[in-house]
Amino acid sequence: MLAIATFVAALWPSLASAVLPIEHWKTAAGARVYFVHAPSIPMLDISIGLDAGGRYDPVGKEGLASMTNAMLAKGAGDLDESAMAERFAMVGAEHGGGAGDDRASVTLRTLSSPAELETAVSTLQLMLTRPSFPQTVLKREKERAVQGLREAQAKPGNIARRAFNQALYGAHPYGRDSTPASVEAVGREDLVAFWRDNYTASRAVVAMIGAITREQAAQIAERLTANLPAGSAPPAVPEVARIEQGREQRIEHPSTQSHILIGLPAIAWGDSDQFALLVGNYVLGGGGFVSRLYDEVREKRGLAYSVYSYFSPSLQPGPFTIGLQTAREQTGTALQVVRDTLERFLTAGPTEQELAAAKANLVGGFALRIDSNRKILDYLSLIGFYGLPLDYLDRWPERVSAVTMQQVQEAFKRHVRPQALSTIVVGDGKAPGK
Amino acid sequence: MHPFRIPGSFALMLATLVFASAVSAQTSERLLANGMKVIVIEDHRAPTVAHMAWYRAGSIDEVNGKTGVAHVLEHLMFKGTKAVGPGEFSRQVAALGGRENAFTSRDYTGYYQQLHKSHLAKVMELESDRMTNLELTAEEFSREIKVVMEERRLRTEDQASSLVYEQLMAAAFIASPVRSPVVGWMNDLQSMRVEDTREWYRNWYAPNNALLVVAGDVDPKQVFDLADKTYGRVPSRALPARKPQIEPAQRGVRRLRIKAPAENPSVLMGFRVPKLEAVDASDDAYALELLSAVLDLDENGRLTRSVVRGSRVANRAGAGYDMVARGPVLFLLSGTPAQGKSTEDVEAALRGEIARIARDGVGEDELRRVKAQYVASRVYKRDSVFGQAMEAAGLEISGFSHADADAILERIRKVNARQIQDVAGRYFDEDSLTVVTLDPQPLPKDANAGKATLRTRH
Repeated sequence: MLAIATFVAALWPSLASAVLPIEHWKTAAGARVYFVHAPSIPMLDISIGLDAGGRYDPVGKEGLASMTNAMLAKGAGDLDESAMAERFAMVGAEHGGGAGDDRASVTLRTLSSPAELETAVSTLQLMLTRPSFPQTVLKREKERAVQGLREAQAKPGNIARRAFNQALYGAHPYGRDSTPASVEAVGREDLVAFWRDNYTASRAVVAMIGAITREQAAQIAERLTANLPAGSAPPAVPEVARIEQGREQRIEHPSTQSHILIGLPAIAWGDSDQFALLVGNYVLGGGGFVSRLYDEVREKRGLAYSVYSYFSPSLQPGPFTIGLQTAREQTGTALQVVRDTLERFLTAGPTEQELAAAKANLVGGFALRIDSNRKILDYLSLIGFYGLPLDYLDRWPERVSAVTMQQVQEAFKRHVRPQALSTIVVGDGKAPGK
Repeated sequence: MHPFRIPGSFALMLATLVFASAVSAQTSERLLANGMKVIVIEDHRAPTVAHMAWYRAGSIDEVNGKTGVAHVLEHLMFKGTKAVGPGEFSRQVAALGGRENAFTSRDYTGYYQQLHKSHLAKVMELESDRMTNLELTAEEFSREIKVVMEERRLRTEDQASSLVYEQLMAAAFIASPVRSPVVGWMNDLQSMRVEDTREWYRNWYAPNNALLVVAGDVDPKQVFDLADKTYGRVPSRALPARKPQIEPAQRGVRRLRIKAPAENPSVLMGFRVPKLEAVDASDDAYALELLSAVLDLDENGRLTRSVVRGSRVANRAGAGYDMVARGPVLFLLSGTPAQGKSTEDVEAALRGEIARIARDGVGEDELRRVKAQYVASRVYKRDSVFGQAMEAAGLEISGFSHADADAILERIRKVNARQIQDVAGRYFDEDSLTVVTLDPQPLPKDANAGKATLRTRH
C-alpha cells in the first residue's frame, strides 16, 4: 500500500488533499495553479485571482482597480466589446469578475466540449493579455458608474457602509471608497498602467475545476498566463492602524429605518485565532437563526429582520462587523440590546452547550461547503490567493472541533476590544440613543 | 433582468457537443395516498441533500385586507408545534449541520433545508410535523409581525425601485390578486391578527396542496418510504375553492408618476401578455420568451447594444418575462436615462426596439446566440442540487410536470425569427401598457455632509 501511495504521489507532485484531490503546480511564468478534476458534468470553471485589488488605488482615483477589471471585457486584441460578448455567448460561456480590496478576479464558466472550450478560453486569454481599454467605452462606463454611485450614495445602507469603513480605516486603502470625483479622475492611461503593473503571472492564481484532464488544465493555465504583463512591484500598503478608541457617528437620513453598523479592524488571514473567532462568532451572530443577536434582537423583541455579526479576514486586519436595520424610533432600544448582548458575550463567553452546538453545525455542515463545483472553485481561489495550506479543507473540521472555551474568550478579548468599537447610525441622526 | 430560463436535457444538445459522460440527473416521482407528490432528483457527487416542501399557496391566494398573510405564516412556521417548541426547529436543524430558510412568492411558499444526507429522515419528520401541528399563538405573532414590518421597510419602503415595481403591479392589475405585494401592504400588516394566520394555515397547509422535492445523494425508494412514514401520515383536507379572479382586458394605457427618495429618474413598463398555459399550447409564450432573450439575455442583447451602448439614451436598460406562473403576467421593460436624456426618451427607445423587431425581425445569429445559452445553462444548472430542486418545484407548482422541462426547452429551441417578429407586432400596443415613472426626490443637501455627530464612545 505504501508503495502505491508513493507512486501516486510521484505521478502528481502535489496531490495533497484527501477531502478534495487538489493538484497544484506553477506555470512557466510563475502563476500558481490549483486544479480539481471533476468529470461528472461536462463543464469547466476557471477563476483567475490577481493581486490587483482596490488597496492599490491611488488617492483620488478610488475605483481604479474595479474599473480596470471591468474594462477587460470591453475590448481586447482586434475585438470590440460586441465581438467579445458574442464569442462568449455563442458558446454558452459566462464570464465575470470584480475587484475587492485585496484581490481582483476574472472568471469563466464554460462547457468542456472541445470547440466551445477553445473559443471560451481563447477569448478569456485575449481579455487578460491584450485588453485595449477603448476610450469611448471608458467614457460611457464612467458615466454609468457615476450615476450608479450617486444613487447608491443616497441609500442609508450604503452611507452606513462608507462611514463605517472610514471610521475603521481612515486614510488607509481599506477605508477609501470610490466617489463620483474619484471615478471621473481615472483616465485610460491609469487603466493601462494598473493592468500592466498588477495583472502579472508571478502574483496570479489560477483555480480550475471541471471535466478536463490534468494535461488540459496545464495547457490552459499556460495559455492564460504566458503573455501577461511583466508587472512591477506593487506600491507599499501601510499597515492598518490599531484603534484604541472607537467613535460614534450618527447621520440623519429620511429613511423609515436606521441602519446600524458596529465594529473595528480585527483579523487578517493566517491569524492563529481564526478558528476560535469563527466558532465564537457562530454563537454571537453568525449562526443564522440560532445566534444570540438573532435571539435578542429579532426573536425576543422583533426589532429587526436582519441582524448579524461576522469577521472578514483580509491580507491586513479586516473588520469585525455587527449589523442591523430597525424602525427609526427603535434606534436607541436596538442599540442598547446589541451592546448588552455583545458585552455579555465578551464577559462570559459562550456556554458549553452553545460551544458544542456551534461545532456541531460547523463540522456537521462541512460537506455543504464543497458540494458543488462553484463552491470548490471559491475555496481553491481562497487557498491560492491567501496562501493557505493545501490541506486547509482537510484540516478544517478538526480545527473547528479543537477550539476550546478558553480560546474563544481569549480570542474575542484580543480582537473585539469594546473601547475600540466604532458605531455608525444612518437614519435617526439625533442625539444619544443610549 | 433576465428572462426565466427553462432547463433542457442532454438529448437536445447542440450538434457539435460530444460528452464523455452522458448522465443527466435521474428524477423519479411518486404520489402519496394523501395527494402529496414527492419528487426525487439524484445527484451522487457529494453526500448532501436539499429537502424542500412547497405549498401551492402564495400572495395570489390572499384577499384584500389580509395581504401579506402567506408570508407572515411562513415566518410563523418556525415558531413551534405541539412537539417542538418555538425556535427549536431551527436549533435542531442547526445541530445536524443544516442550512435552512424559507420563501414566499405570488404563487407558492417554500421551506428548505440543506444538510448531510444521513439526516434526511429527521428533517422530513420535522417538516411534516409543522405541516399539520403548528401552534400559532398571539404572543409569537405579536413579535414576528414586527419583524415582517421591518422586512417590508428594508426591502420596499426604503427602496425606490421596489416602490416603483409595487406600484406597477397594483396599476397593471385591477382584479387579480397578483396586484398586491407579497410582503403585504403596510396597513394590512399593522391590522393583521393571529386568527388570520390560523385561517391561512387551516386553508392551505394540507398534503394535497403540497409538494416535496428531495435532491442529492439519495436513493429514491428510500426517500419514498420515508415520505410515506412522515408526510404520508398527514390526512388530506378539502381546500377552499379558489376564485379565478381573471384580470379583465386592459382598455387603454395607464400612466403613473411616483415620488420617492432617489437620485436618478427611471421608468418601468409592463405589457399584458399571455403566459404558458400548457406545454403544447400556442407558440406565443415561447416566442415572447425568445423576444425577451433577444432583448436582454446577455451583453449583446438589443437593449444594451442599441439603447445603452449605441444611442446612449439609457445608462441601464432591461427586459423581463416569466413564462411560467399561476396568475397573469407582464412583459417588463425598464431603464434609467443617461445624462441629458429623459424617461420619455427611454420609454420611446425601449418601445422602439420592440417596434423595430416587429418591422424587421431578428437575425439568425442572434437566435443561435441566445439559444446556445439556454442549452449551456441547462448543463451548468446540474452543478447546483438546490437549483435543480427549485426548478422542478417551480414547474410543478404552476401546473406543469418537472418532466416538461425537456419539452419546454425543445419548444424554445424551435422558435423561429418569424414567430418573434409576430409577437413583437401583436402584443405591444399601448392599450396593454402600464408605465410607472420615478420622479426622484434627492436627499436634502446637508443630509450626507453636515449633520453628522462625531462622538467618541466611553
